Amino acid sequence: MRYAKLTVSAIAMAAAASAADARDQVQVTGSSTVLPYATIVAEAFGENFDFPSPVVEGGGSGAGRKKLCEGVGETTVDIANSSSRISQSDIDLCAANGVNEIMEVRIGYDGIVFASDVNGAEFALTPSDVYAAVGAQVMKDGALAANAAAQWSEVNPALPAQEILVFVPGTKHGTREVFDTKVIVAGCEETGAFEAFKAANGGDEDKAEELCMELRTDGRSVDIDGDYTETLARLDSNKAAVGVFGLSFYQNNTDKLRVATMSGVVPSTESIAAGEYPVSRPLYFYVKKAHLGVIPGLKEYVEFFVSDDMAGPDGPLAEYGLVSDPELAATQAAVAAETPMGPLE
Amino acid sequence: MTDVSAQGPLPLSLLTKDARMNRRNSAETRFRFYGLAAIGLSLATLVFMLWTIFSDGVSAFFQAKITMPISLSAELLDPQGNRNRAEMTKVTTVGYNKLLAQAFAAELAARGIDTAGLKASEITALISKDAAGDLRASVLANPTMVGTTIDVELLAAGRVDGYFKGRVTRETAERDNQISPAQLDLVDRMDEAGLLQSGWNWSFLTNPDASDQRPEAAGLGVAILGSLYLMILVALMCVPVGVAASIYLEEFAPKNRWTDLIEVNISNLAAVPSIVYGILGLAIFINFMGFPQSSSLVGALVISLMTLPTIIIASRAAIRAVPPSIRDAALGVGASKMQTVFHHVLPLAAPGILTGTILGLATALGETAPLLLIGMVAFVDNYPSAPPDGFLDPATALPVQVYGWAQRADPAFIERSSGAIIVLLAFLVVMNVAAILLRRRFERRW
Repeated sequence: MRYAKLTVSAIAMAAAASAADARDQVQVTGSSTVLPYATIVAEAFGENFDFPSPVVEGGGSGAGRKKLCEGVGETTVDIANSSSRISQSDIDLCAANGVNEIMEVRIGYDGIVFASDVNGAEFALTPSDVYAAVGAQVMKDGALAANAAAQWSEVNPALPAQEILVFVPGTKHGTREVFDTKVIVAGCEETGAFEAFKAANGGDEDKAEELCMELRTDGRSVDIDGDYTETLARLDSNKAAVGVFGLSFYQNNTDKLRVATMSGVVPSTESIAAGEYPVSRPLYFYVKKAHLGVIPGLKEYVEFFVSDDMAGPDGPLAEYGLVSDPELAATQAAVAAETPMGPLE
Repeated sequence: MTDVSAQGPLPLSLLTKDARMNRRNSAETRFRFYGLAAIGLSLATLVFMLWTIFSDGVSAFFQAKITMPISLSAELLDPQGNRNRAEMTKVTTVGYNKLLAQAFAAELAARGIDTAGLKASEITALISKDAAGDLRASVLANPTMVGTTIDVELLAAGRVDGYFKGRVTRETAERDNQISPAQLDLVDRMDEAGLLQSGWNWSFLTNPDASDQRPEAAGLGVAILGSLYLMILVALMCVPVGVAASIYLEEFAPKNRWTDLIEVNISNLAAVPSIVYGILGLAIFINFMGFPQSSSLVGALVISLMTLPTIIIASRAAIRAVPPSIRDAALGVGASKMQTVFHHVLPLAAPGILTGTILGLATALGETAPLLLIGMVAFVDNYPSAPPDGFLDPATALPVQVYGWAQRADPAFIERSSGAIIVLLAFLVVMNVAAILLRRRFERRW
């Protein structure tokens, strides 16, 4: 009986303490692409400030933005990392839950690379090659036909005579969106398949785009729903395959991966910053403005994140693979002024 | 008898084997072989799994370190010169990095180690990026250190550590952005000069998690504390509730449709996937009751809900195993129902209850899924404070750390992840052995 009483009092005590205590660390959630950058900043923040390090969760961009929009208060998160821009439906959800002002912070750019096993063949790809290799329907002799290509050399004689097998990020990844728009749809347009889809659907561009993004389902294009580590493990057991990775992941594994050029450009932080490498996207995080000044350390963390020491071209984030934003100074000014984001264009 | 004779004549003697007996015998031999094969297969899988984990993970417990003296220059660390902590915090890790780089270069020169052909940044890259933060923390904790020279043990960078463990070779270094063969040559010279040693790595068990750029500094400290807090809280919540529920259901509850329904539901709850409890925990404990995210208290509440059915089932079985004669005898000498239960039945059932509880806790220790939704699957860099306040601080747990590290980009985290599995397995073995010992020691058979 004494035992039971003890437990009850312990729980009651804990509950009472939680009501009185203010949360003293920043809570961050969202994109697993932004996660490594956010942990690097969180760690350095904990080292250099008298605030505790923020708690950083992964879980995906979309899930993170939904959590941000759950409402205002200590039990909700302060920041959502995102590898794609916030959508109108998220903003509406936020508004419905009383989260009226959100700050949008662009931290830099991230490249997406195609890579194969380090001892494999060299690939010099273009968006049309990739589309012709993995699209569900491709142009053949001037008409749309189901994709039957078995080897890269059938797609483009300049490519190696190697079986087509591509590991692409699954649809829940933010990376997939970039892969779809910057590679697949671009390739679809270049090969003329887009026009053919459009003609077949009475000029409906959205429908044509949707058809472009359909990938072949005969096992030559494999969706990977896990992380890049899974793609790497698959490449390791299947040396003839080509995988899609984030630039920073590739840079950490240059001894295992051989990167493919895209339209003749070697992916690197420099070529992405110069706008030469086509497959890149901005990374963001979204801050709940109502929490600034309430959660200790939140403003300091946000300012520290976009400071030159962190997100600048010589900072640790760039070293890890983030392409520094040329307009970082504008972001810093916006953060200092706590400017909330306007309506989406 | 009729159908036996219908199948043919009976054997002349039991000692001579006929065809039918041979068939029966060989059927038995075959069955024994299937059994052995099944055990062999499971053992082989287990051995393969353990071998993979241990061959990948044991190296996490060893670490390359650099030992060297550092003179904590007052000029750099305390420009005002009055050892005031608040003023000294203005010097960030950038400043401490400079100090480390200077000290390292000086030590290399003092030992006559040739660094020709390497840039200063390439030389400092051999030291872990974590070193500056550690040094800053210890200087700020004890400002009087400034101006003195101290001996420090610094972690070597992840790639250097990998070189000692055979993960990084000259061949991979050629293609590696983070280390070059020339740097490895310097590492060799440092090793010869005794500046670098590989040794037992306590920091793997005590350090908090580290970011992707510092795999060498990542440790299990926060995860072990978090798992410990979880287990304490789960035991505190589950044991009284579980035991009270099972005593009532076994000894006092009338047998009717309601108790049958409860019984079926308890068994069903024990089979509900654990992620469901996570969703429940998020909705009730965080969104409705307002408990802090990522805290071990919420984690423990969720895991308790999940473990409770298991504990109730085990406790009920233990209470049921106490023979009715004990109860009859107690009631016979005039004990009340409650006295019978608490003075006689419960003490006899205690070993069984304890074993069931420990096994339930061991399962709970390995759970990640329910923690995913309540924010415990996260990067947590600060230790939770001492209980009871610490129960509300953010923490992770051992299986969560395994999951987190397995997703990291740097190959050094593969070893960390397997190392964390080894620690988790050690915890589980300790708990299971405790359960077996308790059962051996206290179990009674009738």
